[in-house]
Amino acid sequence: MTDQKSSLLKIRGLRIEGRADEKWFEIVHGVDLDLRRGEVMGLIGESGAGKSTIGLAAMGFTRDGCRISAGSIEFDGMELTSSPEEDLRMLRGARIAYVAQSAAASFNPAHKLIDQHTAAPVQHKIRTRRESEEDAMELYRRLRLPHPEEIGFRYPHQVSGGQLQRAMTAMAMSCRPDLIIFDEPTTALDVTTQIEVLAAIRDIVDQFDTAALYITHDLAVVAQMADRIKVLLKGDEVEEADTRSMLASPKEDYTKSLWAVRSFQRQQKPPAGAGETPVISVSGVSAAYGPVKVLDDVSFDIHRGRTVAVVGESGSGKSTAARCITGLLPPTGGDIRHNGQVLPASFKERSKDQLRQAQMIYQMADTALNPKKRIGEIIGRPVAFYRGLRGADLKKRVDELLDQIELEPSQFFHRVPSELSGGQKQRIGIARALAAEPEFIICDEVTSALDQLVAEGILKLLDRLQEDLNLAYMFITHDLATVRAIADEVVVMKEGKVVEAGPKDEMFRPPHHEYTDLLLSSVPEMDPDWLDGLLERRGVDNIGEAARK
Amino acid sequence: MKDVLSLVAKRLGLGFVTLLVVSIIIFGAVELLPGDLAEAILGQAATPETVKAMREELGLDRSAPVRYVEWLGGALQGDFGVSLANKRSVAEQLGPRFRNTLFLAAVAAAFSIPISIVLGVLAALYRESVFDRIANVATLTSISSPEFFLGYILILFLSVQNPWFPSISSVTGDMPFTERVFVTLLPAITLTLVVIAHMMRMTRAAIIALLASPYIEMARLKGEPRWKVIAVHALPNALAPIINVVALNLAYLITGVVLVEIVFVYPGVGQLLVDSVTKRDFPVVQACCLVFAATYILLNLLADVGSILSNPRLRHPK
Repeated sequence: MTDQKSSLLKIRGLRIEGRADEKWFEIVHGVDLDLRRGEVMGLIGESGAGKSTIGLAAMGFTRDGCRISAGSIEFDGMELTSSPEEDLRMLRGARIAYVAQSAAASFNPAHKLIDQHTAAPVQHKIRTRRESEEDAMELYRRLRLPHPEEIGFRYPHQVSGGQLQRAMTAMAMSCRPDLIIFDEPTTALDVTTQIEVLAAIRDIVDQFDTAALYITHDLAVVAQMADRIKVLLKGDEVEEADTRSMLASPKEDYTKSLWAVRSFQRQQKPPAGAGETPVISVSGVSAAYGPVKVLDDVSFDIHRGRTVAVVGESGSGKSTAARCITGLLPPTGGDIRHNGQVLPASFKERSKDQLRQAQMIYQMADTALNPKKRIGEIIGRPVAFYRGLRGADLKKRVDELLDQIELEPSQFFHRVPSELSGGQKQRIGIARALAAEPEFIICDEVTSALDQLVAEGILKLLDRLQEDLNLAYMFITHDLATVRAIADEVVVMKEGKVVEAGPKDEMFRPPHHEYTDLLLSSVPEMDPDWLDGLLERRGVDNIGEAARK
Repeated sequence: MKDVLSLVAKRLGLGFVTLLVVSIIIFGAVELLPGDLAEAILGQAATPETVKAMREELGLDRSAPVRYVEWLGGALQGDFGVSLANKRSVAEQLGPRFRNTLFLAAVAAAFSIPISIVLGVLAALYRESVFDRIANVATLTSISSPEFFLGYILILFLSVQNPWFPSISSVTGDMPFTERVFVTLLPAITLTLVVIAHMMRMTRAAIIALLASPYIEMARLKGEPRWKVIAVHALPNALAPIINVVALNLAYLITGVVLVEIVFVYPGVGQLLVDSVTKRDFPVVQACCLVFAATYILLNLLADVGSILSNPRLRHPK
């Protein structure tokens, strides 16, 4: 379908530099890219691959502290690298539009959606405010947003994440651009919501024959969206091919490793003996934030040396359950037992030893580690607090812990978190939890902020630690691939209730509870026809409905 | 909207409690002064009999808590007692003075708030430019100079060398509005120079702090011009800190004007306060302090409410 179309975007030898510590470092090393009218190209790679930087450069835009140092970017015959800022401004929004990763952060909280939608067409004198408002409603309808006449008059915080992401796609369409840059538009969404947004984006790009650069780290997603795929690694192109041949036969080793990344899978351990007391037993727990009930009669057990994965969409109560177990949020009903003993509801009433037994690892290692403290202090503090070690003993124990998480003590002891990579920071988070020598660790979305290869390393480490120390894990995640990799038992939660629970092998085998089925079938697969097939099975017009069921 | 109302009600309650605490401190501070008040007032005329009579007249023979409750009860009804110096009602003296102080503050605010916010926005828009640096240096210079010094400089240039403005701002109650503004102009400009730097720099900083936000990048990627990105997209989200610093400076315009009022012989509360302290006229001092405290608390309260209302999440709940 794209063969006879003319070239729209031509990038040659693009080099981009970023500034750090008063020096310029090259972050994109001479990338070429060709995009024809109406074509969708997927840009894929891990974080730091330069995907977003290249995407923004296609609009003649660089973030503060970055500059284009060489190469040419030609958009429809116009050279962007040498164009004055004012000409670029006339282009942006009007002919090239941008859809950002987090719509919640990219819509201005102070203005209604419609005001933000109409800004570009009015600014570029393409439509009057009135025409643009009517057009917005039409686009909202096409993107299957609920209440298209009225939804634009809400503020961003009054609209859900998936709807916002579609409203942002509508906003990008407001001037009927020739090219849209989609920068990870579904990464922040739940799987069920992701499907709606993917389908909506694909439809509207088709309907208006818009060309698109689709940036993502998720292969299965890009397989649904793109005509061609370009793989990037650390600012270099690895390879490029059309979607089907790329999926069928990747040429480069790096691409193959990306394809194989979901291969880690641990055998499910045999269920614990009937008489064995669980390490943590949650029975009939209910909890509320003020008048809002968030957990309703939740029960599950976690046994020594086993991993229980708690899955569900955002708002399903997964993290609240963890807060109840740790005593941060005293439950309104039910109780939590540790080795058969009822734990006090609030952490304030628990003894030091009870506190020691349940540790947490957080999603964002960035914010969970004190940026001012050195690694030795971060890990040393719980060692000193729970074990009372001082001086040389303390240092020795911290070194042991660093060894356990496979980081060389002499290299890391004196560093601060900002000098570490994302994966290394998460390892420090693990070491800090281990420092208390707990029996039970809650892992709250510990891999969702990490690239797939790095995430796999973390999962393997957690698995090995479980073997060595006989730890029990409660693994909170919305990623079913992670569940498949590491869980022994699965608890599926929805709206504060447990809808299904059981051993992993059973959970991934039909028949499922209706909701589990929806979750499982919503995980994108590495098959370019998967989305079409799914939409057909569910009936295209009611994806939204299916997801809300 | 109900949430906002209950939040505002809570803040109001807290403000009232603060004022109560401050009133205790003001009353207590006078109590703690060394020596006997009656003896101090009588000075050389202090004989045991006159002191006793004076103590009775002042009510000093009764316990402090009783006098405090009486004083507070009166103050709540606008009765601050009688001045020791001239036996006139304190409220009667304070009322017109306070109106004058408010008038001066209003004139100064009418200049300084728009100027500093516009300057702050421009400095953020052209940050790191020559304009930004000059604005920064100029406002810093003016905030670093003592206000009496600024006042005398203004008098030197604007009323001595060029006789445009009166150097003494004697306002009277029956003055027409325009004339009143005219004579108030020099002290108002002095105050403007003092408060502008703080507000301008906060406006600039609050806006620049937001420039890395994704929604600012989005506005730029939609091709909106720079001034719109700053004024339409950044400024409304920077309002909370700006409102706070504006309120703080408004409070200063009312309670910190003592020196400026003296330089320009302006009949405001500040002058009254200084006069009363020298005359040991404690009822007046207490009343002035209480009025200042109330102003301060009220303005901070307004700032809190303003910041709450500037948050669209609270204005438009789900």
